[in-house]
Amino acid sequence: MSNLYFIIPELFISLSVMALLVLGVFKNNSSKIIFYLSCLIILVSLAINLNINITQTIFLFNNSYLVDQLSLFIKSIIMISAFFVMFCSYNYVRVNNILKIEYPILILCSLLGMLVMISSNDLIVFYIGLELQSLALYVLASFNRDNILSSESGLKYFVLSALSSGLLLYGCSLIYGFSNSTNFNEISQNFNFEYGVIFGMVFVIVGLAFKISAVPFHMWAPDVYQGSPTSVTVLFAILPKIAALTVFIKFLYGPFINLFEEWQAIIIFLSVASMILGAVAAIGQKNLKRLIAYSSISHMGYALAGLTTGTNQGIQSSIIYLIIYLIMNLAFFSCLFMLKRKDKFYENIEDLSGLSKKHPILALSFLIILFSLAGIPPLAGFFAKFYIFMAVIQKEMYFLAIVGLLATVIAAFYYLRVIKIIYFDPEQEKFDTAMSLGLKLTLILSTSAILMYFLNPNFLNKYITNILVI
Amino acid sequence: MFPILSSLIILPLIGSLFLIFIRSSEKNTSLKYVALFITFTNFFLSLYLWKIFDPSISTFQFVENRIWIEGFINYKVGIDGISILFVILTTFITPLCIISVNSTITYRLKEFLIAILIMETLMIGVFCSLDLVIFYLFFEGGLIPMFLIIGIWGGNRRVYSAFKFFLFTLVGSVLMLVAIIAIYWISGTTDIEKLYELGIQEEYQKLLWLAFFSSFAVKTPMWPVHTWLPDAHVEAPTAGSVLLAAILLKMAGYGFIRFSVGLFPLASIYFVPLVYSLSLIAIIYTSLVALMQEDMKKLIAYSSVAHMGFVTLGIFTFTQQGIEGSIFQMISHGLISAALFLSVGVVYDRLKTRQIKDFSGLVNIMPKYAIVMMIFTLGALGLPGTSGFIGEFLVLMGTFKKSIITAAIASIGVILGAAYMLWLYKRVVFGNLLKTIDIKKMVDLNKYETLILSSLAILIIVFGFYPEPLIKTYATSIDNFINTINVTTELSLIEKIK
Repeated sequence: MSNLYFIIPELFISLSVMALLVLGVFKNNSSKIIFYLSCLIILVSLAINLNINITQTIFLFNNSYLVDQLSLFIKSIIMISAFFVMFCSYNYVRVNNILKIEYPILILCSLLGMLVMISSNDLIVFYIGLELQSLALYVLASFNRDNILSSESGLKYFVLSALSSGLLLYGCSLIYGFSNSTNFNEISQNFNFEYGVIFGMVFVIVGLAFKISAVPFHMWAPDVYQGSPTSVTVLFAILPKIAALTVFIKFLYGPFINLFEEWQAIIIFLSVASMILGAVAAIGQKNLKRLIAYSSISHMGYALAGLTTGTNQGIQSSIIYLIIYLIMNLAFFSCLFMLKRKDKFYENIEDLSGLSKKHPILALSFLIILFSLAGIPPLAGFFAKFYIFMAVIQKEMYFLAIVGLLATVIAAFYYLRVIKIIYFDPEQEKFDTAMSLGLKLTLILSTSAILMYFLNPNFLNKYITNILVI
Repeated sequence: MFPILSSLIILPLIGSLFLIFIRSSEKNTSLKYVALFITFTNFFLSLYLWKIFDPSISTFQFVENRIWIEGFINYKVGIDGISILFVILTTFITPLCIISVNSTITYRLKEFLIAILIMETLMIGVFCSLDLVIFYLFFEGGLIPMFLIIGIWGGNRRVYSAFKFFLFTLVGSVLMLVAIIAIYWISGTTDIEKLYELGIQEEYQKLLWLAFFSSFAVKTPMWPVHTWLPDAHVEAPTAGSVLLAAILLKMAGYGFIRFSVGLFPLASIYFVPLVYSLSLIAIIYTSLVALMQEDMKKLIAYSSVAHMGFVTLGIFTFTQQGIEGSIFQMISHGLISAALFLSVGVVYDRLKTRQIKDFSGLVNIMPKYAIVMMIFTLGALGLPGTSGFIGEFLVLMGTFKKSIITAAIASIGVILGAAYMLWLYKRVVFGNLLKTIDIKKMVDLNKYETLILSSLAILIIVFGFYPEPLIKTYATSIDNFINTINVTTELSLIEKIK
C-alpha cells in the first residue's frame, strides 16, 4: 500500500477520467461542466503532487516506477501548463464547436500518460505512458472532424507517430535482448559495449526525437500544428515536449550514461540540425501556427544543446530553457486566441497587420513575446539561451555555440518580420475585445513573467539546482 | 550611500512607466512635459555626479555591487573618468531629442517618448556597467527600442533599414556573447575590475579580441560593416538619428577602450595593423563617398563613419594623446553630429525633402539657421576653435608618434572632411534662393529649435577654446589605463624572453 502513496496524482487523474466518462454518459449537455471539472481535477492533482515530500529517490513496484525531485517538479510544471492551456482555450473550444465531453477527458488521458512516462523506470512502463499520451493526442489533433485540415493532421500524426513508436519499441526490444532487462537500473549495470545496445539506444533516441520534433524527425510538426485546432496546437507545443525531453534526460543520463560519447554525437547533430532548419524554414511561412511550429523545432534544438554537455549545468540549463519556452509559448498562443472577429479566429501573419494601432496592449504583448522568442535581452528568452550557451561553452564546444547563436540571428529575422507587420504595416479592421478572464489572466501572467524575469533570475536557478542531484 | 548611478539608470524607465498611464490628449503637451521633466532631472543628476566626481582617482567610483544571479553575476555599476563624460553626454542629448519631437513626430507620440526614455536607461546602463554580462544586456537591449524608432517613425525605406540595423548589430553581438561566456569559464568571473587585475592568458586573447571586435566594429561602424549606418540614419526620424549618431556609436568606441584594449592589451597590439588599415579606409573611403552624396542625412552619416575612424585610430595608438583625443573626438562628435542631424531635421520638417539639390540660398530667408549651421559645419571639419579640432588634433598627434605614414594618410581625411562639409554648406545655404522653395514654409528657427541648436553651438565653441574640464576629468583614468597596458605588455615580453 505504501507504494500507492506516491502515485496518488496519477491514481486521482485516472479515477476522475472514469468518473467523468460516466458523468458524460448519464447527463445530457454536460460538456461544459466536464471541461470545468477537468480543470479542477488538474488543480487538485497538482496540489496533491506538490504535497508529496521526498528526501530521496523512491522506487516503486519492483523498481519499475520512480519518484524523485526531478520527476515531481516536471510533473508539477506539466500540470500547471495543462491547466493554463485549458484555462485559456475555453473560449476557442466553445466557439469552434469542439466542446464535446471527450475533449477534456482526452486531455486528461494524455496528461496521465505523460505523468507515467516521466516517472517510468522501466522500458515497458515508459512505453505504456508514451502510447497513452500519443493515442489521446491523435484523437485531439483531428478533433475538429468536419475540418479537412484537422482530419489530415490527425491522420498524419497518427501514421508518423505510429512509425516512430514502432522504431522505439524495436529499440527497446534490442536493449532488452542485449542487456537482459527492461529496468533502467539494471540496463546500466548489465551491459557491455555491444552494438546491439547502441543500436537499441539509437532507435529509442529516434522515437523520442520524433516526439519533440527534432530535425530530421520534424516533418509532421508544421502540418499538425496548422491543422489541429489551436487549442490542441498549444497542447502539442508544450506538454509532450516537456515530457519527452525529460525522458530524454532520464534515458541519456540514466541507463546510457556510459555510452556518453556515442550519443553525444547524435544529440549534437539533432541539435544543430534543428536550430538551423527551424530558423531557416520559418522564414517563408505565412501561417502563425506553422511559424511557431518551426520556431519550436529550433527551440528544441537549443534545449537539446544543453543535453550534449553531459554536465549537471547542461541539464539545468535545458530544464530552465524548457520552462521559459513553455511560458513563451503559452503567451504566444494566448495572443493567438485573442485574434477573433465575429466568432472566427485568425491565424495568418497578414491578419496581424497594423495591430498596434487599435490594440496597443495586445501588440505590446506580441512584441515582448516575439523578442523573447528571438532571444533579445533583457527578456526571459535571452536568459534561456544564455544558460544553454554557458553550459555548452564550459565544455569548450565553441562550434555548437557559434552555430546556435548564428541561428538565433537568422531566427530573429522572421520574428522581426512579424513585429514589422504588427507595428509598421497599415491597420485593419478591429478584432473583438471582449475576452474571457482566463485568457486575459494567462496572457498577463505569462507576458509579465517573460518581461520581469531579469529582475530575479535566481529564483528558478536555485530551485532547479536543488532538485537536480544526479 | 545613495545609489546615484542606479537612479540615473532607473529614472527614465520609471518615467516611461509613468507615461504609459498618462492619457494622451490632442496636443500631447503633458506627455512631453513629463518626459522633459524626467530627462532634465536626469541631466542635473548627472551634472551633480560630475561635481562630486573626484577626477584625481583612477579607480572606479560610486560603485554599487549587488548579487544578481547568485555565485555568478553581480549587478555592478560604477564610473571612472572615461565613462562619466559619456553618461553626461547621454543625459544631455536625450532632452534635446525630446524637445525636437515637437515638429518631427506627428503620430504615436506617447510610444515614441517611451521608446526614447527606455533607450536612455539602456544607454546610461552601457556606460556604467562594470560587469560584462550586465554590459551585454544593456548593449543588446538597445536594439529593441531603436528598431521600433526606425521602423515606426522612419521614412519610406524604414523597414529595410530597421531590419538591416537590427540584424547587422545582432550578428556582431552574438559573437561577443560567446566571448563573454568564454571569459567567464577562463577567468571565473565577468567582473571587469577583477578581470583587469587577473588579466587574461595570452593564448585566448586573440580570439576573444576578435569576437569583441566583431561586435564593436559593426556598432562603430568600421568599414566594411558600416553599410547599415547610412540607411538607418537616413530613414530614422530626427531624434532617432541624433541618438544613433551621438550616443549609440559611442558605445562601440567606449567598448573598444574599456574591453578590447583594457582586457586584451596583447591582442590589441597584435591587431593594430588591422585596426589602422580599417580606420584609414573608413576615413578616406567614406569621406570620398560622402562627397558624392545627394541626401544631406546620408552625407552626415558617412561623415560619422569617417569621424569614428579617427576614434578607432586614436584608441589603438595606446598613447596618452591618442586615447584622450579619441574620447574627446567622441564627445565632440556626439555634439556635432547631433547638431547636424537636428539642423537637417529643421529644413526637412519645413520642406519634406533632404535632397541637397532642393535647397539653395537659405541664408537669404533663414539667417539664424545659417549661423548655427556654419558653426556645426566648421566643427565637423575640425576648425581650430571648435571642439572638433581638438579631438582630431590629439588623435593625429598620437598616431604620429606611432606611425608617420598612418598619420599622414589620416590627415588627408581631414582635408576631405573640409571639402564635403564646406561644399554641403555652400550648396545648401549660399547661392541664390531657389524658386521652388516655398518661402512661407521656410521660416527661420522657432524658439525650441533655437534653444536646442544654440545650446549645442555654444558647447561646441566652448569646448573648442576651453577643453580643460573634459580632459581634466579623464586624464588620470587614462594615465592609469595606459600604465596598466604598458605593464602587462612588458611583463609578457619578459616572459617570452625567459
